[in-house]
Amino acid sequence: MRRSRLNGVLWGILGVLAAVAVWEGYKAIGPAEGVVVGDIVILPRTTDIAMPHTWDVLARLFEPVTRAAGADVLWWAVLQAAAFSLGIAALGWLLGVISGLALALLMQRWVTAESAVLPWVVLSQTVPLIAIAPLVRRWGSEIEIGSFQWENWMSVAVIASYLAFFPVAVSALRGLKSPPAADIDLFRAYAAGWWTTLLRLRLPSSVPYLLPALRLAAANAVVGTVVAEVSIGLGGGIGRMIIEFAATASGDPAKTYAPILGAVLIGLVSAGLVALIGMGLKRFRRAEVTA
Amino acid sequence: MTDPRPAVRIASVDKIFRGRKGAEVHALSDVSLDVAPGEFVSLIGPSGCGKSTLMRLVADLDQLTAGEIEVFGKTPEQARKDQDYGIAFQQAGLLPWRTVRANIELPLEIHGVDARGRAARSDELLELIGLADFADHHPDQLSGGMKQRVAIARALAERPRLLLMDEPFGALDEITREHMQNELVALCKETGAAVIFVTHSIPEAVFLSDRVVVMSPRPGRIKDIVTLDFSARDEELREDSTFYDGVTAVRMLLHDGAADGARGVENR
Repeated sequence: MRRSRLNGVLWGILGVLAAVAVWEGYKAIGPAEGVVVGDIVILPRTTDIAMPHTWDVLARLFEPVTRAAGADVLWWAVLQAAAFSLGIAALGWLLGVISGLALALLMQRWVTAESAVLPWVVLSQTVPLIAIAPLVRRWGSEIEIGSFQWENWMSVAVIASYLAFFPVAVSALRGLKSPPAADIDLFRAYAAGWWTTLLRLRLPSSVPYLLPALRLAAANAVVGTVVAEVSIGLGGGIGRMIIEFAATASGDPAKTYAPILGAVLIGLVSAGLVALIGMGLKRFRRAEVTA
Repeated sequence: MTDPRPAVRIASVDKIFRGRKGAEVHALSDVSLDVAPGEFVSLIGPSGCGKSTLMRLVADLDQLTAGEIEVFGKTPEQARKDQDYGIAFQQAGLLPWRTVRANIELPLEIHGVDARGRAARSDELLELIGLADFADHHPDQLSGGMKQRVAIARALAERPRLLLMDEPFGALDEITREHMQNELVALCKETGAAVIFVTHSIPEAVFLSDRVVVMSPRPGRIKDIVTLDFSARDEELREDSTFYDGVTAVRMLLHDGAADGARGVENR
């Protein structure tokens, strides 16, 4: 057990090293103008502007963001932006999970609801994010209840949840329907109502289906947050930072990669959090292990 | 036997399944049967003879098309709501995330028995099925026979006066199966519950039952009933000639042939 975990860590490190090796290897032997077939560049240029050395990218993290006096060190700025985006992504994830579960329950409870709602659920994911971002922002700005005012970060969270709810809705529906007919009969024989059957049979049975969906939803929420920050124009997060730093790419190429590392960090943290949920629900995964 | 009312009364029951495209399957036709309190009745017959359907009608898991069923003088629906019967299926159907004890306690939990009452009852039942040492194990750590024992304990949890069993030993190997049959005989003696037992196995039906109801398919109906009156149901009975007479009688009925000669067999 312990040995295999250690192996996992080693393989993880090896994977990162391999990626670095490919990057530096290509940079060393690739042509400066990139590999061009006809007029199309199929592999990037290898100049320091297009592909800074990996160690330069790392070193850049420990320099100030700008030359202005009192500027934060870069890694700290990235970390703050990452925390900001992670917070919004987490909220989006939560909203997505709740609405996904609610939709799945609705579809499980009423067959008509399934045939009415499921096509829309699938269709919703074909609408490009860039198209809905301005809509959400405009609708949000109409909302004004008392002292409550819609803010841009709320729009970002809503868009993140829009991407996150889909895997949850689909997998939860499968999970809720997963108990075998004999188990359903058994609960009917106990004169158990829909609610009891849900709590004691359907929800526990759906855990093995739900965990991968929660993981997917987390990844979707992170991507949704970063992209929505860009299209809504919300500052303070990783999304805007990527755009801002890209503008300075020609003068400071290593800096461009810092927020991308920040995005990776968000992904790792959210995957880790979902894994914690999975450990908490371990006993409901017994069937998964043995069957 | 103080209650003169039958445990189950089935009167002229018809069951027709209607398929989506108007196709009809006549699962049961004019079936009548009374089961006395404490009586062990097996339903046997080829696939499609409606034996499981008949049990499901008694359990109120399906609705009958015509006729009448009473369970302890009530409608099956009322009997189900009053938890008048315990039920076990071919697949043990234990919930994998619950321990053996928690599985046995499931019906008690659903019906609001407090923790102390549940623990007391599950202790009794674990003792009864000989799995006290496995109380905290999960189903995936048990053999097929052990799982089925747990399922039977769960069916007995609320001390029902009627047990409905749908091929509960069908998935077990022959040796485990005979062992389980012996245990079931002991359990029934102890609890005094009436049993409706659906099976494919002729020796199993004969060994366990006071009466074996032989059914025939398309449409499902009762062909004949073999009454068995063994003085004791133990390992010796399995080698006894009266047992073989019973097996032969049931087999004859199932294979059409000389059904007439076996009518109303009494094995003493």
